[in-house]
Amino acid sequence: MTHVANAPAVAATETASFGKEASTQALLEIRELTKRFSLSGDFLEQLRFKGGRLVRHQEHVHAINGVSLDIQRGEALCVVGESGCGKSTVARIVMGLLTPSSGEIRYDGKRIDHLTPRQLLPYRKRMQMIFQNPYASLNPRMTIQQTLEEPLRLHHPNWEREQVRDKVTEVMTSVGIDPDWGKRFGHEFSGGQRQRIAIARALAVDPEFIVADEPISALDVSIQAQVLNLLMDAQQQHHLTYLFITHDLAVVEHFGTRVAVMYLGTVCEVAPTATLFASPRHPYTQALMSAIPRLEDDRPQHIRLSGEVPTPVNLPSGCVFHARCPYANERCRREVPALIAQGDGTRVACHGVEEGRL
Amino acid sequence: MTTQVSTTTRWARFRDSYLLYSFKRTWSAQLCLAIFLCLVLAAFMAPWLAPTNPYDLRQIDILDSELPPFWIEGAVEHYTLGTDAQGRDLLSIILYGTRVSLVIGFGAVILQAILGVTFGLLAGYLGGRVDAILMRLADIQLSFSTLMVAIVVGAVVKATLGSSFYSQYAVLMLILIIGLAEWPQYARTVRASVLAEKSKEYVDAARVMGLGSRRIMFRHVLPNTLSPVFVISTVQIANAIISEAALSFLGLGMPETHPSLGSLIKSGFDYIQSGSWWITLIPGAVLVVLVLVINLLGDWLRDVMNPRLYKG
Amino acid sequence: MSLLEVSDLDVRFALRQGEVRALRNVSFSLDRGERLGIVGESGAGKSVAAFSLLNLIASPGFIAGGSIRFDGQELTGLSDRALRKVRGNRISMIFQDPMMTLNPVLSIGEQMIECLKAHRRISHREARAIALHKLQQVQIPSPETRLDQYPHELSGGMRQRIIIAIALLLDPDIIIADEPTTALDVTIQAEIMALLLELCEKHNVGLILITHDLGVVSQVTQRMLVMYAGRVIEQGPTREIINDPQHPYTQGLMNALPQMATPGERLNQIPGSMPSLSNLPSGCAFHPRCGFVNDANGQPRRACLEQVPDFVDSGNCRVACHMVAEMLEEEQRLAKEETS
Repeated sequence: MTHVANAPAVAATETASFGKEASTQALLEIRELTKRFSLSGDFLEQLRFKGGRLVRHQEHVHAINGVSLDIQRGEALCVVGESGCGKSTVARIVMGLLTPSSGEIRYDGKRIDHLTPRQLLPYRKRMQMIFQNPYASLNPRMTIQQTLEEPLRLHHPNWEREQVRDKVTEVMTSVGIDPDWGKRFGHEFSGGQRQRIAIARALAVDPEFIVADEPISALDVSIQAQVLNLLMDAQQQHHLTYLFITHDLAVVEHFGTRVAVMYLGTVCEVAPTATLFASPRHPYTQALMSAIPRLEDDRPQHIRLSGEVPTPVNLPSGCVFHARCPYANERCRREVPALIAQGDGTRVACHGVEEGRL
Repeated sequence: MTTQVSTTTRWARFRDSYLLYSFKRTWSAQLCLAIFLCLVLAAFMAPWLAPTNPYDLRQIDILDSELPPFWIEGAVEHYTLGTDAQGRDLLSIILYGTRVSLVIGFGAVILQAILGVTFGLLAGYLGGRVDAILMRLADIQLSFSTLMVAIVVGAVVKATLGSSFYSQYAVLMLILIIGLAEWPQYARTVRASVLAEKSKEYVDAARVMGLGSRRIMFRHVLPNTLSPVFVISTVQIANAIISEAALSFLGLGMPETHPSLGSLIKSGFDYIQSGSWWITLIPGAVLVVLVLVINLLGDWLRDVMNPRLYKG
Repeated sequence: MSLLEVSDLDVRFALRQGEVRALRNVSFSLDRGERLGIVGESGAGKSVAAFSLLNLIASPGFIAGGSIRFDGQELTGLSDRALRKVRGNRISMIFQDPMMTLNPVLSIGEQMIECLKAHRRISHREARAIALHKLQQVQIPSPETRLDQYPHELSGGMRQRIIIAIALLLDPDIIIADEPTTALDVTIQAEIMALLLELCEKHNVGLILITHDLGVVSQVTQRMLVMYAGRVIEQGPTREIINDPQHPYTQGLMNALPQMATPGERLNQIPGSMPSLSNLPSGCAFHPRCGFVNDANGQPRRACLEQVPDFVDSGNCRVACHMVAEMLEEEQRLAKEETS
């Protein structure tokens, strides 16, 4: 397994290069990314009457607040977090489905976040995406053959008809779908098979980087294993780099080279997978890990978090986690913690860890 | 494994479809379709089926006017349904009139659909300012009734090009008027379903692939928004036929020399008091049956295609 | 006698392709205060099983045979009116989506009071007091204000707590929970599960927990059923099944979990997917995916291909598998030989 063998080395370079402006090895760099969604509608709807005067009133959902991440070639970076933490938004911005409010995305050293669709086209071949819901990610009015031929026709306009067909046959075989089924429509397949087809579509253009947004969470347990295996095989065969979005920590432990834990639009901890699972530092990571239902005998000893996730409309001051954190103090309420590198390749955004009280 | 039998051809898929299954089990739909097809066939084969050609003035004798249908005393044998005030054979003129009504109904709906689907697709997919402008346009359009559009357009055309021109191109005029007046129905329906489809992941997948907006709109989104378009089309055809009849009844539509069902009803209306009720009521009954079967078919189609009622 | 006894339950759906048997010969029982888990993948029939207990399966589904005895009373064939006395009152349900149970236009209090008054002859004030008490039991902060709030004003975790409060409202004997935490985040899920467990234990309420999550089942339940393609294939004490699954499918399901493999290695997947109920394989429905279908000679066992396996007792568990049956016979034979 190449990516496992790579893991320590990657982690080492990552720690070494941290602090410098943009390490040269990283395939994808995310710098100080923020994304706000307006809740207030258009200009006319924003006007409010306040104290006898007409004021413009705007409300925003702060989906991402200053996320910086590096993804090294050949690794699988998993982003975990609960719903609404902004993990899918990061994925969609990376793929250019959303435009960031501020910040930069660099792919192979070049900025891609402000490119026009035409300028982005060469990158579309290099980076692809796999979606969560296999029931919605295939066009119901297109046959599998058409679905898979479309990206090839677009990116290889001078290919012969046979060449396109051979490539489709090749990717279908590689994901374990009988090429003779090409004439069928998506709805004639089961969820697992549809996800295989979606993976085949992403692999058809021979990408080097794949963003997978919760690719297995809509599937059954036994099918999850099949798809996860498929993704790992594909990684080996095509030397892929993954940005893997999930809420399932068990999958992360198995699949990820490194893990980034997100909470309310910020990264609280980034660490090599083994290190994170052996010694989670951030109080939120600890709570998250204790909440996984285990098969073992003992009753769950999970850390109970008080309260609920605050709304991203009015972000709490200071550390976004302070309201639910059992260790929060005055500084946590005031000051936003920065991601600080620890000795073992971990980076944690927590005043408590920084001060050594945790 | 989905171990379904490989369904490859379009015909085989249709044969297995819920549409056909439901049709086989709904006698009302079968009856309606049969009546509708009979009416359409009869109307379009009018030149061969009709005993006389009502447009041919040589075949009309004013002395034959207001003859009753066959079951009433005083009927003349070869005028099965009697004659109208001008002595035209009522059966023939109803056949020709139905043809005019159907042509206007279908023509207007095709125009509505082309305009409405295009605008709805653009508004829904592009969003933002395009959406705002197109939808406000639709609102403005809807606030004018078909009648008002007809009166204004009719008046303008008659004033500038003369009423003989208007009579000559009355069918096209009515298609244009009804088509323009009702496109917002389509635009709104299509926009709503485009908004629903746009948020689905296959559209994102197409964007990630690098496809252009135009291809995504027409190749990916449009085919998936067509079921509701079919459903409202039936209702819209019925509505267009009714609108045409109403306009003709008010004298804004087809001229008496080239009558539709609406102008037939109008022409006979003056004679109801004098006892010649058939001139109005028989074309009226045909109109009611035509619109009713189309509406019933539309209801059935809506039930079949509505994913909330049938999850398949 | 058990509180709830289901035997040979047979549920079918009359579809246009013909009749589909969604449940076949499902039998299980539940004692007072016992917690039972029903595990299976989508399409295995676990939700149908739960819904049919209260005759809540919608047309075209119907109960084609078998019996459901609750507290000595036969529930199949009972009129809707008589069933309503049981439904909600003595057996209540918790659904995956809280908004399925909550009416968006009524306040939480109104819904709870309405439910109480439908089953008991009590005053509005008494009903409100009970509702408040139940909200306190599910540890909702400031329960008084929650009574006057509407479902959309609450978060997902809070709504699921309300649902649990409503389920407990009439002090039922059994709660049927259909994937109660699937829509929730892990941290919230853990809290809701802990709460449900605590309340069931405290009030001696039986729980039928339907889920696909083996982790949840192992934490909460005492006994479990594993379902596959409309049949129960293994049942017994949860601990024993989790620690030592007998049926190849249960084993496969467990081994497919990422926790069961070394990080970075391939997972032990079960090949293929669950057959559709309208097109079941002959014999044991699992045989096309089963790794143990071949006997010692490397030939597929005829019984697996042709004959639906019966339950055999293996320790405290009951397993429907020809391979297990063969192994048990072999063991017995050896034991007999030893004694003789």
